Amino acid sequence: MAYEITLLTTMSISVLFALSLNFITGFCGQISLGHAAFMGVGAYTAAIMMKASVSLLVAIPVAAVFAGALGLLVGFASLRVRHDFLAITTMGVVFLFVGVVRQQEFLGGEVGISGIQRSELGRTGFLLLCISLAALFAGFSLLVKRSWLGFVFDSIADNEDVSRVIGIDVAKYKLFAFVVGTAAAGVAGALYAQHFRYVGPDSFGFVESISVLAMVVVGGIGSVWGVMFAAAVLSVLPLLIQFVDDYKILVYSALLFSMMRFAPDGLAGIVNRSMNRIKGRSS
Amino acid sequence: MTPVLEVKDVTVRFGGVIAVDKASVSIEAGELIGFVGPNGAGKTTLMRVITGIVKPQQGSVTLEGKDLTGLSINQRVRAGLALAQQIVQPLRGMTVLNNVALACGTAKTANPFKAIKSFDKRAERATALALLTRVGLQDVADNEPSKLPLGYLKRLEVARALALKPRLLLLDEPLAGLNQSEASSLADLIKTLNHDGLSILLIEHNLREVMRVCPKVYVQDLGKSLAFGEAKKIMSRPDVIAAYLGKG
Ligand SMILES: Nc1ncnc2c1ncn2[C@@H]1O[C@H](COP(=O)(O)OP(=O)(O)OP(=O)(O)O)[C@@H](O)[C@H]1O
Ligand SMILES: [Mg+2]
Repeated sequence: MAYEITLLTTMSISVLFALSLNFITGFCGQISLGHAAFMGVGAYTAAIMMKASVSLLVAIPVAAVFAGALGLLVGFASLRVRHDFLAITTMGVVFLFVGVVRQQEFLGGEVGISGIQRSELGRTGFLLLCISLAALFAGFSLLVKRSWLGFVFDSIADNEDVSRVIGIDVAKYKLFAFVVGTAAAGVAGALYAQHFRYVGPDSFGFVESISVLAMVVVGGIGSVWGVMFAAAVLSVLPLLIQFVDDYKILVYSALLFSMMRFAPDGLAGIVNRSMNRIKGRSS
Repeated sequence: MTPVLEVKDVTVRFGGVIAVDKASVSIEAGELIGFVGPNGAGKTTLMRVITGIVKPQQGSVTLEGKDLTGLSINQRVRAGLALAQQIVQPLRGMTVLNNVALACGTAKTANPFKAIKSFDKRAERATALALLTRVGLQDVADNEPSKLPLGYLKRLEVARALALKPRLLLLDEPLAGLNQSEASSLADLIKTLNHDGLSILLIEHNLREVMRVCPKVYVQDLGKSLAFGEAKKIMSRPDVIAAYLGKG
């Protein structure tokens, strides 16, 4: 039973993390290559707080604020520039994050922070919290898709110049998506810190950023259900198959690139197309 | 009365090319001006200066007395400008109807906090369908733009611009790519819109339609303002004819 709980907890944290990137990349069409840095900010924030005996439930919102604040800063600096600039900045951010954390004694340096206290929720309670938060953000994402915000995001992802011509303040919307997405990544980070009761600089690097991007692309950029499914499967794959764990970056990059090449709309797109074909045949 | 639009001494250089050379033009409320000139005269460039897509090296643009310098494209649109571009740019991922409906929702799309609280799209969709009907696109409302011919997309540009409820409508060759009957019916629509009080600046190479619907024309050649005034008089001026036929 303990093993299943661990598996499910890992899955829900990954689902939340992937959905947080989906809010940025899927909804608004902005590529982030350093999303793990924001999870890292949340994780370290929560880790330090929990080491100081602060409750997890208090640490979570603080982690969100810290990660979102960094998101605001990074977004503000890069979103006014052209499309692909964010990809480069975020990649810089993730390397910078790892580099800085390594040097800081109060962040545990190379060894990280371990021995984080178990929360008062217990294992099952914590699992339920993770599932609830992932479900909450999934629900929020679906709601946004139905709202005018989702409508505007669609247009920005489609063509920024046209969006401007119809009166949309593109930079403001992109910044909004980026801050929401990075804050949610911070929440996922806080959960991560509690789950493993350890955070280290290697847990939030470029590899993790590519892995989460692979989850979003495989699931189908912008598709909430597709991304949830892909994140759930891909997050436990390394735990179930040793080979995937050993060659994580290789497997995930291969997945990322073959998906982009052969099915850019991901699993969600494949499912939609076959559904349409079945419908077309039966009618 | 303050003019709807006042362009003063605008100059645009692209590297060594002077695309617009100290051009000035002004439009009074309720006017429909035909904006003509040979290829490369800098018409599109001036239009893009007005909307803020291109920044001029010199000169100013005011809309209803308000200086537009320093305002972004979206701010200018919200100040009352709308543009139907020469090179059509539909949002390819959504239906024709949604292309227009989104533009109808400017009140809801002012900022993300307003947009996230708004869900109902019925009113905007109804307005959008009415606009599409006006330009003759009601039958393809549910199609995706990618599958439509150019003549349809030109009219989609016009419908989307109208959806913004502009104080001044800027049209860049809306008739290009339309067949004769489509062109004259869209020209009729432009005339009707103007009769209903909308101020319009119309760039167009189809001189037959321009002469038919525009009481006044503004002529630009080699980036310079060449003539402005009553259409018939201006178009029979020797220098204007020479500009059109090409000098030499
Ligand atoms: N982005 C640009 N970069 C460099 N040169 C440009 C650019 N846009 C326009 N030009 C040049 O500026 C001049 C004016 O072009 P513009 O498109 O404004 O003319 P136009 O009057 O609209 O012509 P047409 O009737 O063919 O549409 C041309 O010489 C053109 O090559
Ligand atoms: Mg032109």
